[in-house]
Amino acid sequence: MKPAPFEYYAPTSVSEVLELLNEHGYDAKILAGGQSLIPMMNFRLVQPAVLVDINKIPNLSYIKTHENGIRLGAMVRHTQAERDSLIKERVPLLHETMPQIATIQIRNRGTIGGSLAHADASAELVAVTTALEARFKIQNLEGERWVPASEFFVGLLMTSLEPEDMLVEIEIPDLPARSGWSLKEVARRPHDFALIGVAAVLTLDKKDRCQSAKLVYLSAGDGPLVAEEAAVLLQGQKISEDLIIAAAEKAATEEIDPGNDIHATADFRRHLANVLTRRALAEAYQRAKGGK
Amino acid sequence: MENTITVSVTVNGTPYQRSVDPRTLLSDFLRNDLELTGTHVGCEHGVCGACTVLLDGEAVRSCLLFAPQVDGHEIITVEGLGTLDNLHPLQEAFREAHALQCGFCTPGILTTLVPYLEENPNPTEEEIREAISGNLCRCTGYQHIIDAVKLAAEKTDP
Ligand SMILES: Cc1cc2nc3c(=O)[nH]c(=O)nc-3n(C[C@H](O)[C@H](O)[C@H](O)COP(=O)(O)OP(=O)(O)OC[C@H]3O[C@@H](n4cnc5c(N)ncnc54)[C@H](O)[C@@H]3O)c2cc1C
Ligand code: FES
Ligand code: FES
Repeated sequence: MKPAPFEYYAPTSVSEVLELLNEHGYDAKILAGGQSLIPMMNFRLVQPAVLVDINKIPNLSYIKTHENGIRLGAMVRHTQAERDSLIKERVPLLHETMPQIATIQIRNRGTIGGSLAHADASAELVAVTTALEARFKIQNLEGERWVPASEFFVGLLMTSLEPEDMLVEIEIPDLPARSGWSLKEVARRPHDFALIGVAAVLTLDKKDRCQSAKLVYLSAGDGPLVAEEAAVLLQGQKISEDLIIAAAEKAATEEIDPGNDIHATADFRRHLANVLTRRALAEAYQRAKGGK
Repeated sequence: MENTITVSVTVNGTPYQRSVDPRTLLSDFLRNDLELTGTHVGCEHGVCGACTVLLDGEAVRSCLLFAPQVDGHEIITVEGLGTLDNLHPLQEAFREAHALQCGFCTPGILTTLVPYLEENPNPTEEEIREAISGNLCRCTGYQHIIDAVKLAAEKTDP
């Protein structure tokens, strides 16, 4: 198992990356952490003629506050985000998500930008950034644009990134007051890709009714799967155990679309999704009531 | 035409310079170019952990890095943890507790645990299992590995 030959570039600025991408188009691939790309190259599932290594560019691994949220450089590595105090304080859902991604050796290299650009439907960050309504800054030689998560992930391992585009920054807005959140997943081994998982975000109004609800599933379809009907059930209602059961049932039986494989049947995944959704909603509700 | 690139890297304290095909995996670079065969290769897609080495002190998969990426960096392999006469305390503990049988997984487990124990000198059994969840061992059933880690932790941090 060895990768096919390629030309290797290690530019030290974003503008050089954009020049290379512009010149080589579909033949070029960006190399970030390499923790998804290199396995695919070793299997020869992908054979880029040109590899543009972005690890030598300084200043792509910042984590800073910006207006009502935080902004992260695309090269923030998984372990860096996991240990960062600003993320812990401002985006606790992201803080709790990080250690669930892969094992330590992978997290030491893998980057947030790489995970989002790779857009694996079983990646925690794909579901969590969708639940948090993150926005992504994309650059090419012509200029830059901001794309919301809801428009960024467009299908199986597909994003709105064009071959000449580079993802440079991720913005995660603060949640409104009285919001709660939760991420629940089941994996065969700790840190492995999850059989199924759900990110839940709930916001309550002054009368303790659900003002907005978001349930986003991983490993449940071609991309991050948003359970919209279950959210409608919750909206405007007082959260009760019965309501949580009904919403979980709706999402797990009618909305998600998990696959069958050697690790689990689709039915088993639906069962897990049902149980995990109840737990996630209960936890998100408790946190929202706690004022956080 | 062969395109080659020069890599300068410090491995186990020794500086090396080699000219390589850019697609050379770090694992193959260490084994074939530098003849440091302590780093093992199992799956070549990041799952088994046998190829784990330290890159600037952090545990990483050497099968998921290209050799040119470590230019200017520092690598430690299992050969650099201790010497034959003076094993690393974790290696001593592995020997004492019979934590290896065929030994294929051992270099990767040692390189994973050395930085882990520096940060977590007194892990619980559950924490140890979690720390090595990215390293497959087909022989031991992990039990003696856990014993060895506890032994090493007791000895270095009584
Ligand atoms: C054994 C194993 C287990 C794993 N388990 C999990 C898991 O449980 N959950 C999980 O979420 N992930 C898991 N991963 C994947 C890991 O999180 C990867 O690090 C991540 O998906 C990709 O990030 P990267 O920085 O390594 O990207 P790379 O592999 O470098 O790149 C991935 C893709 O994104 C493109 N790309 C990268 N950066 C940019 C950019 N800035 N702009 C445009 N395109 C870009 C690349 O060209 C490539 O196509 C696992 C990986 C392995 C090997
Ligand atoms: S050979 Fe690198 S993880 Fe298996
Ligand atoms: S001792 Fe043989 S694989 Fe672990």
